Amino acid sequence: MTDAAATRHGPGRILILVYGVFALAATARAAVQIATQFDRAPIAYLLSAVAAVIYCLATFALAKATNLSRRVATVAIVVELVGVVGIGAFSYAVPEDFPDATVWSHFGQGYGFVPLVLPILGLLWLRRTA
Amino acid sequence: MYEPLTWTLVGLSLAAMVFAIVLAALDRRINWTLLGVLGVIEVGLLAQLVVGIVQLAGTSRDVSGPFFVGYLIGALLVLPLGALWALAESSRWGAGALAVACLVVPVLELRMHEIWVA
Repeated sequence: MTDAAATRHGPGRILILVYGVFALAATARAAVQIATQFDRAPIAYLLSAVAAVIYCLATFALAKATNLSRRVATVAIVVELVGVVGIGAFSYAVPEDFPDATVWSHFGQGYGFVPLVLPILGLLWLRRTA
Repeated sequence: MYEPLTWTLVGLSLAAMVFAIVLAALDRRINWTLLGVLGVIEVGLLAQLVVGIVQLAGTSRDVSGPFFVGYLIGALLVLPLGALWALAESSRWGAGALAVACLVVPVLELRMHEIWVA
């Protein structure tokens, strides 16, 4: 096993599983929102879709666990962290643009704040397995 | 929703989670007993999908159909995918990961319940 493969073993198994759950949840949520009620909050739903793409990318990149994919994962997770903090703050500042809880609004409150903790754990794990 | 089934699935999933945590703590791998329990939960989830769709079609409640069915299908996917992912790990963390997957089912069940009674 190469060093990079360590990313998907040990505690990484749990981390990637949680990423996978969020990838699935965010993708399904964004798909339903955009397909059934897009006009209601286009900005929020497009951001939901962006979040879904980021989660899917992070999940696959972490699970692939090669030197290249680890770099992709790092970028995806940094974007995720900026997203959850940025959208979290924005959803408090301009609540009228966020009538529905998206994954990242209110710092992921609707998801037990896991979306806020996850990128931090992800970056720490990437650093630990570097 | 047929509540006794919902709460049975929540209870079984939590029991399976505790089982998986014990295996991880004892440094064991996932065993057939645990996979058997997960199989029973899957049968229950499949029944719930069928019952849920039938009830959704016949209800006068203001239930968000796409979200409700999404949760029904999502709940069905979590354990098989989680088990495949966990089985590929040779350390205790495989059982640990499966414990997390088991916890996702009750969370989805509660969400489903909220959507239904909303």
